Amino acid sequence: MSGWPLWEVFVRSSRGLSHVHAGSLHAPDAAMALRNARDLYTRRNEGVSIWVVPADAIAASDPDAKGSFFESPQGKDYRHATYYTQSEGVKHL
Amino acid sequence: MDDTAGQANFDALMAADSRVEPRDWMPEAYRRTLVRQISQHAHSEIIGMQPEANWITRAPSLRRKAILMAKVQDEAGHGLYLYSAAETLGTPRDEMMEALIAGKARYSSIFNYPAVSWADMGAIGWLVDGAAICNQVPLCRASYGPYARAMVRICKEESFHQRQGFEILLELSRGSAVQKQMAQDAVNRWYAPSLMMFGPPDDDSPNSLQSMAWNIKRFSNDELRSRFVGMMVEQVEVLGLTLPDDQIRFNEETKKWEHGPLDWNEFKDVLAGHGPCNAQRLERRRSAHDDGAWVREAAAAYAAKQQAAVAA
Repeated sequence: MSGWPLWEVFVRSSRGLSHVHAGSLHAPDAAMALRNARDLYTRRNEGVSIWVVPADAIAASDPDAKGSFFESPQGKDYRHATYYTQSEGVKHL
Repeated sequence: MDDTAGQANFDALMAADSRVEPRDWMPEAYRRTLVRQISQHAHSEIIGMQPEANWITRAPSLRRKAILMAKVQDEAGHGLYLYSAAETLGTPRDEMMEALIAGKARYSSIFNYPAVSWADMGAIGWLVDGAAICNQVPLCRASYGPYARAMVRICKEESFHQRQGFEILLELSRGSAVQKQMAQDAVNRWYAPSLMMFGPPDDDSPNSLQSMAWNIKRFSNDELRSRFVGMMVEQVEVLGLTLPDDQIRFNEETKKWEHGPLDWNEFKDVLAGHGPCNAQRLERRRSAHDDGAWVREAAAAYAAKQQAAVAA
């Protein structure tokens, strides 16, 4: 195991749904990572498809920057349908 | 983020009962506590495979054999989920595994008791996994995100473990007088050790308060133990067996279940390495690790060769 890279595992639970992050594991290569992911994360038919991604290939936003990085939608309630109240009671709108 | 801002952010997360994620700032002591708790939990799953694996070849039917293998495989899976969670805190998996093999890490004392009869597979599933579930359900809401998520997955799978154990005991209890006695003996053996799985009494559990302040632990050891006793009292009747404790009673004033005294010196002794199977469990883990070295080496060599072929 020593030095084996870390892989992030994403599982699609059924057709029509997105792959969702299930967890991670160590494996020497992609083929082994897929087999290990099958044994580890789909022992009870949890999936019909698996992605494995080398963990160091994932670029992530900085958790400390969440204020500035995600502030653009703040104060822009007009992006939500619930912002528009005058149409209340009107059918099919 | 500097430490002052980090601490303020962390305190706000705690106050809001929100979750801490791997890349958030967190106090060093919180990180250390989590690494210790999660890795001990992972080690317990891995060592916990042994008492049951011991019975796979002697399971009384093909069906029981298949069930037991699935359960042991689950325990391996649970260990791996937990090592993954611990790793997000910055401690490499190899380091945790080496600590276990070197005898420097702790794991649940329960797995240092021998499983001497087939009925023990029933009692372990019912009592030991039952106590584990009782402990683990509140951990699904632990403040550290990766730990809580691993626990959700584990709890879903554990309920099969407890039910299969209950079923083993029920069938033995409904069998011949000898079989019923075998089931009762197993319950007698595992009752006290399973109650001790919740950890020392509250007035002798120095780390509990801090863990509760950090929203890692949601209920005290004694609170969880009392709940567990209440559940077992009801279930043992269905089994047609008894719990080896004539001091169990429901305290109308405190609305809590009470039980007889437990031998905490034995608990400390087993934890310190002097239980019936400590040496055997570690030796088995060590030899499994050594015997598997060639597989790990071969897989790494193959991956390196494939990579070189792609690069060329």
